[in-house]
Order: sequence, then structure tokens, then C-alpha cells
Amino acid sequence: MLQSAPSRLVSLSGVDIAIVVLYFFAVIGIGFYLKRYTKTGEDFFLAGREMTAWVAGLSFLAANLGSLELMGWAASAYQYGILATHWYWIGAIPAMLFLGIVMIPFYYISKTHSVPGYLKLRYGEPARAFSAISFGFMTVLMSGINMYSMALVLRVVLGWDINFSIWVSSITVAVYVGLGGLLSAIFNEVLQFVLIWLGALLISIIGLIEAGGWSGMVARIHHNFPAQDFTHLWRTMGSFSDNPMGIHWVGIVFGLGWVISFGYWTTDFLVVQRVIAAKNLRAAKLAPIIGSAFKMMVPFIVILPGLLGLALLPPGFLTGETQAIATGGHSYNEVLPLMMARYLGPGLLGLGITALIAGFMSGMAGNVSAFATVWTYDIYRALFRKQAPDAHYVSMGRWCTILGVLVSIGTAYFVMQFRSIMDYVQQLFSFFIAPLFGTVILGMLWKRATPAGGFWGLLTGTFSSLGMWLWVYLDPTALRYIALSSQAKPMAENMFRALWAWIICVVVTVTVSMVTRPKPESELAGLVYGCTELPSEGHLALYQRPIFWAGVIAAVFVVLQVVFW
Amino acid sequence: MISIWFFIGVLLLAYGVLILGAGIYDLWNPAAHPVVLAGLHAGIWWGALLIVLGVVYSLRFKPGKEK
Repeated sequence: MLQSAPSRLVSLSGVDIAIVVLYFFAVIGIGFYLKRYTKTGEDFFLAGREMTAWVAGLSFLAANLGSLELMGWAASAYQYGILATHWYWIGAIPAMLFLGIVMIPFYYISKTHSVPGYLKLRYGEPARAFSAISFGFMTVLMSGINMYSMALVLRVVLGWDINFSIWVSSITVAVYVGLGGLLSAIFNEVLQFVLIWLGALLISIIGLIEAGGWSGMVARIHHNFPAQDFTHLWRTMGSFSDNPMGIHWVGIVFGLGWVISFGYWTTDFLVVQRVIAAKNLRAAKLAPIIGSAFKMMVPFIVILPGLLGLALLPPGFLTGETQAIATGGHSYNEVLPLMMARYLGPGLLGLGITALIAGFMSGMAGNVSAFATVWTYDIYRALFRKQAPDAHYVSMGRWCTILGVLVSIGTAYFVMQFRSIMDYVQQLFSFFIAPLFGTVILGMLWKRATPAGGFWGLLTGTFSSLGMWLWVYLDPTALRYIALSSQAKPMAENMFRALWAWIICVVVTVTVSMVTRPKPESELAGLVYGCTELPSEGHLALYQRPIFWAGVIAAVFVVLQVVFW
Repeated sequence: MISIWFFIGVLLLAYGVLILGAGIYDLWNPAAHPVVLAGLHAGIWWGALLIVLGVVYSLRFKPGKEK
């Protein structure tokens, strides 16, 4: 069964297989070990709120660093060059710092168990129900993408049957998350984070040696593709037609850097759940800041292999998925496995494959544990069974984990038909995350926002985004209205659609709020800026304060933009 | 509760031994189709690095030592 696919890039030796098998034993063993520590709902869904800043921070990042990230962004780097780095820097760092410094206090002080739970406290039940259902829907779709991308890697690299990969890995995730809940997911995510780095780092190191260092790599890319600029972050952003992504700086700064990024990193419960599991407010504030430091370095193991592919593989060696299938060649999505096969010998290859599997599992466990929490607390308990013993909800969480995995397997087969995995992900974000960010940010920072305003803003933002997608789908010429240019590529369209959806959400929320009755300020304590007493950090030494480290990360971020301008 | 860093240390130690062993074996029995830059013997020094990391984390976070 393992070798049923027609071709493969490499064969695993005995030591490689031992490394992969050992990994599976380790994650399941951790799940069994932690089951004894997950007795209550607080343990199962929020890891007992006992995580240190480092564990919460690394888990926060690992939940995002799925195989989709590894494979998808390496593919995007081959396709769009260094522009793909925007998704790691301007598309993440400012938002992560904003989460840590500005938003976490409200999530943490309100003692909410989820983002929809926060919306319940701030806006009421309708906003919570709508966001919980849309989040659940998005989460299983994302989980399916992760699963499919991992199975694709294993088929390309090892020739493993795609069904075998999907089922074995999914059942493993279901076992360890079902046993130990969020605690098990977080523990394994930290383990997976370490393995991802140690497994993938070597590709970039050896690749740079072969290419003659950074300058040698850049020179080779310019030689291979003289008509395109693949190596500058901002220089080609002045016009849609000057860069390989077909995007304008307005789309990157406001669509990605503002709406998509802030929406994902500050309101997607998949990542926020890890932070609110921290043991105290200071640890919760530090967690995303620690995560941002590592996020800034991820391009070294994800973007760099794509750039090395541009430098070292023959021009045109990798093509789009459709052309690759038609010609029997390799697609962009295979660039990371190809570089892995190029450099990693016996043992190291097993570690590299384990890194990809670990990436898949961390992403999937993140989705599944968040889905189980939102389903149990925000849908099942809110809409179907309000009063039940705590043990009943824990049991529901365990079953829901298994159900979430099964539904995700179904969606994995569904996403196989999509041309570009990353375009598909950005589509989902523009539908659900962009409007949610408008609702949450207004709720936290503007006490005049009313329950009716929050609900209608979220509803119209989400459906207007779906409507814009449908409009362009039915009439491609509408692209010039949505993305401001008929030359815009799918990624650019997604950025602009997200921006419009956020603007619509904010305008509707503000308009409806101005004509409806706000909540009294006494009900907004702990939820809204200006109504919440935030603990002072004045007694802490400078290096112990989250704001200091946020400043350091922000400074490094600015320097990187200038260096790679 | 045993620290997650202890689990990581033990796993890295096991991986280090396996990878270093494979690297040394490859030194005396080179593959018929070696990878690019096989002469760097990446398996040997990467395996050694994993062993060092594994030992440090296993000892530093040994059960009973951490609170």
C-alpha cells in the first residue's frame, strides 16, 4: 500500500523509517501520558490555563506552521520570489505585536474560553452563534487543506498512497488530541516546532553553500530570470505589472498587512486559544511576542528553499499544477520536497519527512482542538444543552475531536480540485476572518458599538465578501472593480476583497450602532478599552516588560524591510 | 508533570544517535546515487548537534529536577 503511487523522488532507508515511526510513538505516548491531567473542561479546552510564555508562544506559532505553510509558501516563493516573505513579515509581525500589547488583556481579563465567547460577552448571543458557525466551517476546511498538502508531499517524495497518508496521520492526531485535549495539542506543537526547524533548516544551509551564499543565489536567479525581479520586497510594488504577483503596495499594506494579517493573528481562535491558555496576563502578553520573533525567522526555512529552487533548478523546471499534470512534470508545490531530496541523505531525509508530518499534525491539531472548543462551548452548550455537568462537556469535546477529524478528511478530498492551495486559503480568510476582525476590533476599542451593530456588521461583511467572490467568478471582468485592476492575480483579488469586506463590516457596524442603544458601561468592564482597568507593569524591570520586547521586535522588523527593500 | 522539554530532549537524543550512525555508515559505504554536496557529510555533524541538544535538554529538564 505504501508504494502504490506510480513514481517517487526518493526511497526511505531503514533509519529514515525508524525516525518517522519513533515520532508517531512519541506524539501518541505524550497523549496517553497527559490524559491523566485533563479531567475538567478547563483542562481539556484551555490546558488548565497553566502554560508558560515560551510554551504558549511556540505553540501559538506552531499551530500556524502547518505543512501548508512549509510546502505552500515554499511553492509561492518559487512562483513569486521574495514577495512571499510579506506573509511572514508585514503580514504577521505588526499584528502579533498588536495582539500581545493591545488585545490580549481583553481576551484574558474577560476570562473568555474562545473568540466567539468574547463576542457573546461583548455583543450577545446572535454575534456569537454566527461567528462560531462560520469559524467551525472554516476550521474544518483549513484542516482538510493541511491534510491534503501533507498527503501530496508524501506521495511526491515517497510514492505513498494519498489515502494511507491522510488516514494514518489523521487518526494519530485524533488519538492524542482526543486523549489530552488542548494540553496534549500544545505539548506536541512545541515538540513539532523543534522538529520542523531541525528537519528543514539543513536544506537552506546546504542550499546556500551550493549557491555560493546569498549574493551567489541572487546572481543565479537574475541570470535564470533576467526579465523578472524575484529578489526585492518593495521595489517592484509601484505597479501591478512590475512584479510576479501582479499586486500593488496598497493591496499588500492594507489588504494583507492590515485586514488579513490583523484578522488572522488577533481573531482566529486557532492561534488565540494557545495564548489565553497562558498562566497569567504577563505570560499571555509575552507569548505572541515570542512567537513573532520566531515568525520573523521562518522565511529562512520556508521562503529560502523556494528561492534556492529558482537559483539552482533549471528555469521552467517547475510549472503550475495543471501543466505539471498534463506534461508529467513537477509543479510549484513540489519545490520543498525536491530540495529535500536534493540534499538530505539517509537519516536526515527521515528527519525532513518527520518535519513535514509534524507540520501537518501541528496545524491539524490546532484546527481540531479549536473546533472542539468552539463546537462544545459556543454551539452545543449555547444552542442545544445549556446546563450539563462539566464531565459531559469534556466527553463531548473528546467525541467532537474525532468528528472534526472525520469531517476534515472529507474536506481533504474536496480541496484536491483547487488549483493553488494558498489562493484557496486566502479566499477563506477574506470570507470569514476579515469581517470578524472589524467586529472584534470595534468591540474592544469603541464602547459605543452596540450588540445590533456588531451582529449586522459581521453578517453583512461576511456575505458581501462571498458576494464579491461570486461576482468575479460569474463575470471575470468585475475584477477591475474588486481588485482595482484587470491585471490583478488571484492573490491580489483576495487581498482587495478582504479589504472591502472589512470596510463594509466597519461601516455597517458604526452606522447601526449610531441608531441603536449601546450597553451600559458597567456591562463593558473587562471587555472594552476605557471601561477596563489594565494591571500596571511599572514595578517590573525594563527587560521583563512585554512592551520592551515588542519594541525590539518592531525595530528588527523595520531593519529587515530596509535591507531587503 | 514531566516538562515537554524533557520529551524533546529524549527524542532529539535518539534521533541524533540514529542520524550520526547513518552518517558514519555512509562514510564507509557511500550511496550509489549520493545527494548533492554529499561530501559535506551533513549527517555526521547534524547528528552530533542533535545528540548535544538532546543530552542538554534531557538533563536540564529531567523529571524530579524541575518543579
